[in-house]
Amino acid sequence: MNGIHDMGGMHGFGRVDREENEPVFHAAWEGRVLGISRACSAQHLFNIDESRHGIERMAPVDYLASSYYERWLDRTVRLLVEKGVITREELERRMAQLAGGVDPAPPHRDPKLLDRMLRATKERAHFRQPGPPPRFVTGDRVLTRSDAPVGHTRLPRYARGKHGAIDTVHGSFIFPDTNAHGQGEQPHALYSVRFDAADLWGASAEPCAPVHLDLWERYLEPAVTAPGRSPS
Amino acid sequence: MSDAHHEHGHHHREPESVLSLRVRALESLLVEKKLVASEAVDRIVGAYEQDIGPHNGAKVVARAWVDPAYKQRLLADGTEAIEELGFGGVDLKVVENRPGVHNMVVCTLCSCYPHALIGLPPVWYKSFEYRSRAVREPRVVLREFGVDLPESAEIRIWDSSAELRYLVLPERPAGTEGMSEAQLAEMVTRDAMIGVALVRSPAPAAR
Repeated sequence: MNGIHDMGGMHGFGRVDREENEPVFHAAWEGRVLGISRACSAQHLFNIDESRHGIERMAPVDYLASSYYERWLDRTVRLLVEKGVITREELERRMAQLAGGVDPAPPHRDPKLLDRMLRATKERAHFRQPGPPPRFVTGDRVLTRSDAPVGHTRLPRYARGKHGAIDTVHGSFIFPDTNAHGQGEQPHALYSVRFDAADLWGASAEPCAPVHLDLWERYLEPAVTAPGRSPS
Repeated sequence: MSDAHHEHGHHHREPESVLSLRVRALESLLVEKKLVASEAVDRIVGAYEQDIGPHNGAKVVARAWVDPAYKQRLLADGTEAIEELGFGGVDLKVVENRPGVHNMVVCTLCSCYPHALIGLPPVWYKSFEYRSRAVREPRVVLREFGVDLPESAEIRIWDSSAELRYLVLPERPAGTEGMSEAQLAEMVTRDAMIGVALVRSPAPAAR
């Protein structure tokens, strides 16, 4: 989708502000959001691609006005509601109960659940899955697709319809564009593709500043040989 | 979450008490449904606060600086090489800085980052400013970070658009020949492993 999250190359944002001695979390609730979200992933309540697309679907105005962990909270609630795990009414009711000093499910020890969750969080996510052999080899010139899909994609706008060269063949990986929409993992070849800055930014490009993106084969077509050049 | 407000402005925040309450309510519901154990959340938070941080990645860099064979393995297959040092859970590609080539990592679409090696990303890495500008004007951004590279140097930007994570192997600074692996690891900063800083030669007084 052409979402607000797709920020590469946008103008209008200023200097990068840095904070000296930045804490890991700026408030306790940020850590809880991270932990809850990780726990939901470990319980397979949503996958990584659904979770990214959950943030991308925030209203652009809200996205820009929210902090990073506010976006995570919005995403986690959105996905749990969509999947029927909780309802918004239930959440509002629980907030009112907690505000009134009542917690119907206070934090408690649940050794069996804890054990299962800790094992799940240690499991390595396997994004590499067997798929068809790659069509391109290192050095091949490619052209990225220039469509505007309504769903999730990892081909950013700034790199659509652009020429690049295959830098590395990474192997076969789960395809986010389908995995975010319950359409299966559809693993296939992933490549590191190198783009010259001038091919992305034209006359305003900085010298010697190529950009590398990890792109799936379905984002790519072979580049047509330039006119006047005879195929070797 | 923010249905009720439509104020513009990057620095706007919902009042913290409402956010905190919403998070507690969410956790309470998931605990009640036996989907989440609060202690598991405690441990995840604790791991990021105490165990997982740039000191992990610094060990990998220092080992590569003192052991050329390890460096070869690290550049050829980062995923396998970090497992030798007890780190894992990530498909890793290590990119090497050398004279005339500087590498810099960003995630323009979200904020992908090699957590297992350098912890959670700082706010600036997740900021709209860094995400929008790092790919288009890396030299200007690097100068803001105090890194001024010659025009002839190539700056390779790695936009983490898939499930591979990128770690920059900085150049070992001059004047560190006699230092131990542990001393070297202490010099390696998070920012150097993202590629927005260089590892500086030790000050003469510190030698």
